[in-house]
Amino acid sequence: MADPMRIRATAVGDSTEVKVLMNHEMETGQRKDAQGKTIPAWFIQSVTATYNGKTVLSAQWGPAVSKNPFLSFKFKGGTKGEKVQITWTDNRGDKRTDEATIS
Amino acid sequence: MPAMIRRAAVRAAFCVGATAIATTACAQTSAVDEIAKYRAALQDGNPAELWEARGEDLWKTPRGPGKVSFATCDLGLGPGVVKGAYAQLPKYFADADRVMDLETRLVWCMVKQQGYSEADATKNPFGGPGQKSDIEALVAYITSESRGVKMNVAMDHPKEKEAFALGEKMFVYRGGTHDFACQTCHGEDGKRIRLQDLPNLMTVAGAQKAYTTWPAYRVSQGELRTFQWRLNDCFRQQRFPELIFTSDASIALTMYLARNANGAVFDAPSIKR
Amino acid sequence: MRKLAGVYLGAVAAAAAVFGCATMPTDAQTSARAAAVLKASFRANGQAGLDRLDQDDTQKACTQYAGKTPPKDVAERIEKTNLESIVWPGDGKYLGDWKNGERIAQEGRGKQYSDDPKGPVGGNCYACHQITPQEVSYGTIGPSLYQFGKLRGYSDTMRKYAYGKIWNADAYAACSNMPRFGHSGILTQQQVKDVTALLMDPESPVNK
Repeated sequence: MADPMRIRATAVGDSTEVKVLMNHEMETGQRKDAQGKTIPAWFIQSVTATYNGKTVLSAQWGPAVSKNPFLSFKFKGGTKGEKVQITWTDNRGDKRTDEATIS
Repeated sequence: MPAMIRRAAVRAAFCVGATAIATTACAQTSAVDEIAKYRAALQDGNPAELWEARGEDLWKTPRGPGKVSFATCDLGLGPGVVKGAYAQLPKYFADADRVMDLETRLVWCMVKQQGYSEADATKNPFGGPGQKSDIEALVAYITSESRGVKMNVAMDHPKEKEAFALGEKMFVYRGGTHDFACQTCHGEDGKRIRLQDLPNLMTVAGAQKAYTTWPAYRVSQGELRTFQWRLNDCFRQQRFPELIFTSDASIALTMYLARNANGAVFDAPSIKR
Repeated sequence: MRKLAGVYLGAVAAAAAVFGCATMPTDAQTSARAAAVLKASFRANGQAGLDRLDQDDTQKACTQYAGKTPPKDVAERIEKTNLESIVWPGDGKYLGDWKNGERIAQEGRGKQYSDDPKGPVGGNCYACHQITPQEVSYGTIGPSLYQFGKLRGYSDTMRKYAYGKIWNADAYAACSNMPRFGHSGILTQQQVKDVTALLMDPESPVNK
């Protein structure tokens, strides 16, 4: 199981601002190691954010996103005390889901 | 942030009508400003927080052959006390009868309390891809608990005075193939290497600005790097051989720089290029 | 680690035994102890052996004055010794290929324990100097070298000085921050000639 994300969700007016820090190597598949062997690609391919069962953000990522990605976004709605869930899936099929309470 | 943008705008306006060499200077100074803007934008979402979270876990979880947590580890403010601990290190510890910086003290606790061998405790000080360093995570957590605290390194004990004096001398030691000392790059105000500004670490102002921003998530490394790493990597680039992790020289140099930073507010882990 | 502590405490004990615990060590004693502790705190790695911590006379003298200008007689001695050791080109030609000189000036690798000993070795000149006007990413530890030849003239004396300075900076400025590129075996003689050309060839972008 991959390392946990750090999620902060804050109510701002009638929206919610969400900031997510993800733990991931995001290896592009272009780099070579000291022996000259290509380091296999290993990166997050999809990210989904849900609130009250509804998807509020859906993203397809590729190797251009850097290591330990930081994602910041806003969505309309959201009440203090309710939870926002973030899920990522990578090209190896690994997944990680974490949630945060809107403050 | 607004002041920085305003300054960049003034420079840009000035550079519009410049002549040949001035255009080069303008291109180069606005490059420095752009880098500063990039750095400011990076402050949000510092991946160092991921190390801090892992470090807190490691601090509180029983581990090692002795299956104990760090709750009995005294960083200078009492067993298990983390808040404000980094801002008063390095210091003399009577139980070890020597001056220790944070990383040395962590190794001490891992060996004496958790039952690790010295080799195991020091085998992976600097992490890499697929190779996490527990020490880096612990340092991230412990330093984050000194954020906002004024540097207050004491120098009462004779060994603390001695460590400072030795560090001060080591700082100017010319050696290696290139005749470099720490002072070569860090002994004058207002200098830079390529486009990287260099703090004058022989002054209080320089030491304060530099020491209070380590450890840092180094974007180019993709890792959180500690002060022991910073010293090690400086010496590598000075064409010296390899500085041994938690060696006496590393502690002496840390003492010299940390003490010179006294009075400044600690603000790490930060994020750097 | 135990061995390190032994050396450190051993040095302290020795000093205490000779001078008495209550006596403050002199400046010279502190310097000597610092050098000893420093040497015991490193390990050899790759091409960087522990011998790199042994100081030659120039390094010893310059450490003693720690960035301050050495006294006139000391400075003169350092400059004389270094000047005498310069290996001048056998054919009397100081200029090589400035295009290769630029490559050498840009190359930051060489002599680090992380570098392949068979890999490229450069002067890393841009780390400290402005050189060609096209390169905006330059350091300011040393003075600007832009228009080096143009400002000083293209005489043979000037070419010789430029070559000599790159070969051994301390020959002209005792305790210079600049590495002694030829003297310390960082750059080959051909490489030194190429960098000299970068500064002194009228065709070099430095002088345009």
